[in-house]
Amino acid sequence: MSALHIKKGASKHSAYNLRPTFSDVIERHTLAVLVENEPGVLARVIGLFSGRGYNIDSLTVAEVDHTGHRSRITIVTTGTPQVIEQIKAQLGRIVPVHEVHDLTVDGASVERELAILKVVGQGDKRVEALRLADIFRANVVDSTLSSFIFEITGAPEKIDAFADLMRPLGLTEVARTGVAALLRGD
Amino acid sequence: MTREMTGAKMVVQALKDQGVDTVFGYPGGAVLPIYDEIFLQNDIRHILVRHEQGAVHAAEGYARSTGKPGVVLVTSGPGATNAVTGLTDALLDSIPIVVLTGQVPTFLIGSDAFQEADTVGITRPCTKHNWLVKDPDSLSATIHEAFHVATAGRPGPVLIDIPKDVQFATGHYERPNPSTSHYHPKLKGDLEEITELVAAMETAKRPVFYTGGGVINSGPGASQLLRELVDATGFPITSTLMGLGAYPASGSNWLGMLGMHGLYEANMAMHDCDLMIAIGARFDDRITGRTDAFSPKSKKAHIDIDPSSINKIIRIDIPIVGDVGHVLEDILKIWKSRGRKTNAQAVAGWQEQISKWRAVNCLSYKGSEKTIKPQYALQRLEELTKKYDRYITTEVGQHQMWAAQFLNFDEPNRWMTSGGLGTMGYGFPASIGAQIAHPDALVINVAGEASWLMNMQELGTAAQFRLPVKQFILNNERLGMVRQWQELLHGSRYSHSWSEALPDFVKLAEAFGAKGILCSDPADLDDAIMEMITYDGPVLFDCLVEKHENCFPMIPSGKAHNEMLLGEAETQGVIDTQGAALV
Repeated sequence: MSALHIKKGASKHSAYNLRPTFSDVIERHTLAVLVENEPGVLARVIGLFSGRGYNIDSLTVAEVDHTGHRSRITIVTTGTPQVIEQIKAQLGRIVPVHEVHDLTVDGASVERELAILKVVGQGDKRVEALRLADIFRANVVDSTLSSFIFEITGAPEKIDAFADLMRPLGLTEVARTGVAALLRGD
Repeated sequence: MTREMTGAKMVVQALKDQGVDTVFGYPGGAVLPIYDEIFLQNDIRHILVRHEQGAVHAAEGYARSTGKPGVVLVTSGPGATNAVTGLTDALLDSIPIVVLTGQVPTFLIGSDAFQEADTVGITRPCTKHNWLVKDPDSLSATIHEAFHVATAGRPGPVLIDIPKDVQFATGHYERPNPSTSHYHPKLKGDLEEITELVAAMETAKRPVFYTGGGVINSGPGASQLLRELVDATGFPITSTLMGLGAYPASGSNWLGMLGMHGLYEANMAMHDCDLMIAIGARFDDRITGRTDAFSPKSKKAHIDIDPSSINKIIRIDIPIVGDVGHVLEDILKIWKSRGRKTNAQAVAGWQEQISKWRAVNCLSYKGSEKTIKPQYALQRLEELTKKYDRYITTEVGQHQMWAAQFLNFDEPNRWMTSGGLGTMGYGFPASIGAQIAHPDALVINVAGEASWLMNMQELGTAAQFRLPVKQFILNNERLGMVRQWQELLHGSRYSHSWSEALPDFVKLAEAFGAKGILCSDPADLDDAIMEMITYDGPVLFDCLVEKHENCFPMIPSGKAHNEMLLGEAETQGVIDTQGAALV
């Protein structure tokens, strides 16, 4: 099985579009890369991006199938359509890479990210932070008399918006997981 | 079936089971157990090189002249880091190489132990894949997988790092079983795309085949199919530096090499064609010149086993992912079944146009009776050696381009040169590897004196193993190509591009027990070359040539195929500042 699943006749329509339009528009794509969970595999993927000058907006990795030794790397990257096609083809060349999926073109997908944010403050600001957290369905996972840690899950844009609102209210630290994404439907 | 044995014994057993007959290597502390096993057997021949870089280039010469993977055994730390240039060279030219490195014992990894280096970390970007084996039970399977990965799909170098305690430890040995690998690149091309290409071939008025090293890598069968297709269609064919010999230079449709120092007719045909059929070639910048002016009028088909090569540099209209041999077979089958059609009348007109370009005689140069012109030296070498089934390696620079222009290759696997990485010092060890693989053949390394000195220590290897490799050094006492670029781009300020304090090459040869020949007079050249060919042993041929000769024709940096320079008169101010920034 080739890492790049180029099915018969698929090259015109699949994610691995070998007949691209060479546009200069920068696109944002979310890639799901299923890899053999072996030492160094993440270094290979990251080394590819740094060595060839590609962008990484976000990257998450964890084992998803313990018995099958599979990990899933979700990468959000930006580039022209030609660069995106190159990135996918280059990922497909890495020997321990089993599958490369472009969730941005394969169909509708769900993207989620988790963040925890520390907001330090007292009085009205503290009340306002709690009220906004409620609107954004963020949970309080830790509290002291002068601080909250909120946990929020959602699309990256929602987390950006929440963090922007918290900034004037005493935001001191943010930790984000990066995007995890799945294709919708069966 | 498994058997118990030590890790060191497993290495040797696995090499035997992979059909390896030769290993190029250099011992050291972290590989002593493996060297002990090599001492105890006679099936695998070990060639002791004088530097690990030489081992990898020798393995490349062995691999490229046989089609089999080359094998290297070196120690940890400096042994591994010295192999890095060779690995990168093999990666860029897609040469199957298996490098075994010793490593400090697992319990010392990470402690900055003596001769410890993060070998898998250092070589990750310069191998197709690499492994650190910490468990003796997985050692044999890893070695077998390494051979599979090195040779399957687009070939390349792989490396296995083996800690010393794993070499001593006992484990289960497993025999090769490629079906356990998940790595099986697609070999057959999509028939819909192939049919589209055949349809384009049937109507093309100005078609050209543009072939590369992928044809050679696909095996001798691919070269045969290519010959059949070219001769049946009557389409002209050009090749990259890497692909020379896949189609015979004596063939009637042969245009010669294309690219920066390619032939005028080849580059003009590429520029003006209406159908370009790229086969196992990757549109390197030395081929395309200015990409936005590259072959503007053509429909482009690209056959490559590596999907990442397609659309990387040039936009492709008909992409075909697959092995060259398999795809050529399908093209021929479909083309024949549809009635062997071509637009013969238009193609005849196209060939007529090409013969006008050929009449420009782009390789002409000003001869001399006083000094040996490098082109003349290669013409005489060609004339006096063409009757032999000879193997040619080169170093990197002007001599390499002249060799590609003036030597003719009628068979694949006879021409070995560092194309992608441009590694000075490649040719001498590569000639050793080719000679080991073909003990009775005439093996010549066409060199420049500066490149040759970069791995001159391998004269010891040639002498020890009595390898009759011929080192044909075009000695201009200059870094010729650097000098040429400084003349064209940097106002003739020849910054550090001359060879000061050169050795007496004849005495140098004699110091190693080899033969040295000095030639400086064109009148003596033929006799001297014959003396080199007929001598049974390594020869260092110091051919003193014209010092200021430039290599033409040339596509200057940042220019298109139809803006070639043909000779000295046209070179003033031709490269603009944008072009000067390119390499």
